[in-house]
Amino acid sequence: MTAATLTHLQRLEAESIHILREVVAECERPVMLYSIGKDSAVMLHLARKAFFPAPPPFPLLHIDTTWKFKAMYAERDRVAAENGMTLIVHVNPQAQARGINPFDHGALHTDLWKTQGLKQALDHHGFDAAFGGARRDEEKSRAKERVFSFRTATHRWDPKNQRPELWNLYNARKAAGETIRVFPLSNWTELDVWQYIAREKIALVPLYFAAPRPTVERDGTLLMVDDDRFRLAPGERPVDRWVRFRTLGCYPLTGAVESRATTLDAIIDEMRVARTSERQGRAVDRDAGAASLERKKQEGYF
Amino acid sequence: MVAAPADIAADASWRDRDQGLLRFIACGSVDDGKSTLIGRLLHDTKALFEDQLADLAAESKAVGTQGEAIDFALLVDGLAAEREQGITIDVAYRFFATERRTFIVADAPGHEQYTRNMVTGASTADLAVILVDARKGVLTQTRRHSYLAQLLGIRQFVLAVNKMDLVDYDRATFDAIVADYRPFADGIGIGAVAALPISAFRGDTAVARSAAMPWYDGPTLIEHLEGVPLAADRDQARPFRLPVQGVSRPDLDFRGFAGLIAAGSVRPGDAVRVVPSGRTSTVARIVTADGDLDAAVAGQSVTLTLADAIDCSRGDVIAAAGDPPMAADQFEATVVWLAEEDLLPGRSYWLKLATQTVAATLQPPKYKVNVNTLDRLAARTLDLNAIGVATLATDRPLVFEPYADSRTLGGFILIDRLTNATVGAGMLNFALRRAQNVHRQPVEVGREVRAALKNQTPKVLWFTGISGAGKSTIANLVEKKLVRMNRHTFLLDGDNVRHGLNRDLGFTDADRIENIRRVGEVARLMADAGLIVITAFISPFRAERDLVRQMMAPGEFVEVHIDTPLADAERRDVKGLYAKARAGRLANFTGIDSPYEVPPAPEIRIDTTALDAEAAAERIVRYLIP
Repeated sequence: MTAATLTHLQRLEAESIHILREVVAECERPVMLYSIGKDSAVMLHLARKAFFPAPPPFPLLHIDTTWKFKAMYAERDRVAAENGMTLIVHVNPQAQARGINPFDHGALHTDLWKTQGLKQALDHHGFDAAFGGARRDEEKSRAKERVFSFRTATHRWDPKNQRPELWNLYNARKAAGETIRVFPLSNWTELDVWQYIAREKIALVPLYFAAPRPTVERDGTLLMVDDDRFRLAPGERPVDRWVRFRTLGCYPLTGAVESRATTLDAIIDEMRVARTSERQGRAVDRDAGAASLERKKQEGYF
Repeated sequence: MVAAPADIAADASWRDRDQGLLRFIACGSVDDGKSTLIGRLLHDTKALFEDQLADLAAESKAVGTQGEAIDFALLVDGLAAEREQGITIDVAYRFFATERRTFIVADAPGHEQYTRNMVTGASTADLAVILVDARKGVLTQTRRHSYLAQLLGIRQFVLAVNKMDLVDYDRATFDAIVADYRPFADGIGIGAVAALPISAFRGDTAVARSAAMPWYDGPTLIEHLEGVPLAADRDQARPFRLPVQGVSRPDLDFRGFAGLIAAGSVRPGDAVRVVPSGRTSTVARIVTADGDLDAAVAGQSVTLTLADAIDCSRGDVIAAAGDPPMAADQFEATVVWLAEEDLLPGRSYWLKLATQTVAATLQPPKYKVNVNTLDRLAARTLDLNAIGVATLATDRPLVFEPYADSRTLGGFILIDRLTNATVGAGMLNFALRRAQNVHRQPVEVGREVRAALKNQTPKVLWFTGISGAGKSTIANLVEKKLVRMNRHTFLLDGDNVRHGLNRDLGFTDADRIENIRRVGEVARLMADAGLIVITAFISPFRAERDLVRQMMAPGEFVEVHIDTPLADAERRDVKGLYAKARAGRLANFTGIDSPYEVPPAPEIRIDTTALDAEAAAERIVRYLIP
């Protein structure tokens, strides 16, 4: 039999499935972080394939900030109902009580809702491994992140004290209280993700496809006015523009790109000639200089 | 179902172009222009975005070393700590793609951690790009990089002679460097080497052809990388191997064996053998979420069902029935040490190979390799970044293939049992003894029967503590009290055992470990015989005490820490040993120049400043017989 070269997507898929299965074999209480975005959609799809015909043997966890796009909440509830998987939604009660929001609180918004919220949920449920959809091509400090990334009992990440990962051998052993963040999509690029979504016909939040949406422009960033909590500046008025999103988060912090790409093929064609990275639209990475994301990761951000 | 025309068109265009995924490693020192080359490949294949370039340009001005020009090293040196100190401490992975192929490049930076980083990056690579500065030629590190890449199983090499622009694109310079490298490459078993003259800074022969070097008519670096055969394709031609990751049992009717195919191909109806049990069956189905497959090949993650209900679980390997891998429990292995703390010969480490995890011990190395000269040196241990060859024994048979045949079934990691750190990586060269025919002798009269005859529950009372703490004194009192209560006991004392069973052992760390291992084995046999065993040994290391604990039945091992302040023990100095050690006439003395690792959670802790020997013995007996 002559060798049939596997496509790069087949290779990436097989390696991600291998990672998902290793965690389930070696950890006690895994959970999958589900953020409703395209990477989460791909990760969930891979989990279904990895354990078929059984359902994935772990719940989904959404760390909610109450500030996601309305369309994201609709998609989340649809996915949960369709899969029959347990969906845990965690809302940080302290952030809620203090009314933390992206307009008044800047970096505190991300810290309290997401970083602290995530730690609370992991501690409360006793999860010892959490799958996340981060990729090494996203950002410089992610390029050196391990597939299995260990956190102390206080959820801190020590970039100087990570385990070497040789071949596809993952050492999942850990002391009581320590947890692992596992990134099955480590070796995928943004283009791989889109190509895979097209190949596998994975459903996505409609926000990824271009449509006329009410937006305002601030400091060169297009923000969508998704509900009436959006604070308009005096004289500022939302304008309908054809936009889509390359990455999704809290709507007041997520920049749109002008686009007419209404299909996956059109998006992939735009990707091939894209000149800016997807994280460019995320204010969260840039709020404290070049090493901002690295610092957040040390503090426990995903 | 009718697919949208756009879907079909898009799908077909990728499949035609997709020549798979190539992983490679770029090796070179800072000055060889490795970062510049990687930056060049990313830039010219449009893998860099404008905002990333803008960030890079701003950083280059602020902290770069290239004046106004873009410093590509900043792109590759990811972490803030590294950038501030100007060093890189880890392997980074970069991604780019051409119309034909997708690439993952491992960037393993230099400096003192080089070996550890490079073996990590090379372990998954199909190809190595060895960078040489055209002005300097083949250097010591060129040889070191080539040796390490070859050691980790890379069989395709590119010798990239960089900075050709700085030698006026001179052909003779290039030819001389190639002629210098070839005999070395042949000498360490590197087969084909593709030599390319390039300038990463100017872009010559990297992605585009160079007008400055009309004398070079070979491929560009990208063309070469697009065309080389993939290791995964080569693996498809080997006999079938599926290390089982897990068993899928969604209901009583389905039993599927999940794993990533390491080698070969499989079809329904194929005869397979489960190793190490040796049972045979045939493949019934190849199950995936997209429907059953007619065939699957190396590199695919699948779930197989078998025609017969045979035992098979995580760690087993499903293999071609006519050509299965062997199982063995003693090997010669090449080991790379990755931890700050030296290898301890004789200590038990976890060994993970494919989906098998076993306990393993290493003998002192036969030799270690000087990676700069490739000389073999005598060694008693391996320290950080050292590479050595040693005999390795596992506590149960390991299904394996020599690393030269299979990275998956020949490559392993070693894990410290206390810290859980990955402390070593290794490659199995060959088995020293096949384990298939070694079975334990089953016995008719079991330990329960023997214990019941004595009307007691066997225990191992393991006294630990520094010299002069009072272990032997208290242990003697405990035994006397137990005998008075008609219990059957045996006291193993450190000094006495060293006169007999262990008289060949000294006091180095390795000998201390072996001392405790032997005593543990003897204690286990005595506990099997139904006795209450009392041992009095310093046993300074947690790892060995825990090892002995794991030899025993659950609850059988009782750790008794005789806790005395060092100053008290030294003041009493019953045997005069502390005085000798202080005078430098006794080496490796626990508490003086050899560490004592305090038990974090012993079953019993005796504070000798609060209890006298009699009261201590009473407390220990009360623990056993309340």
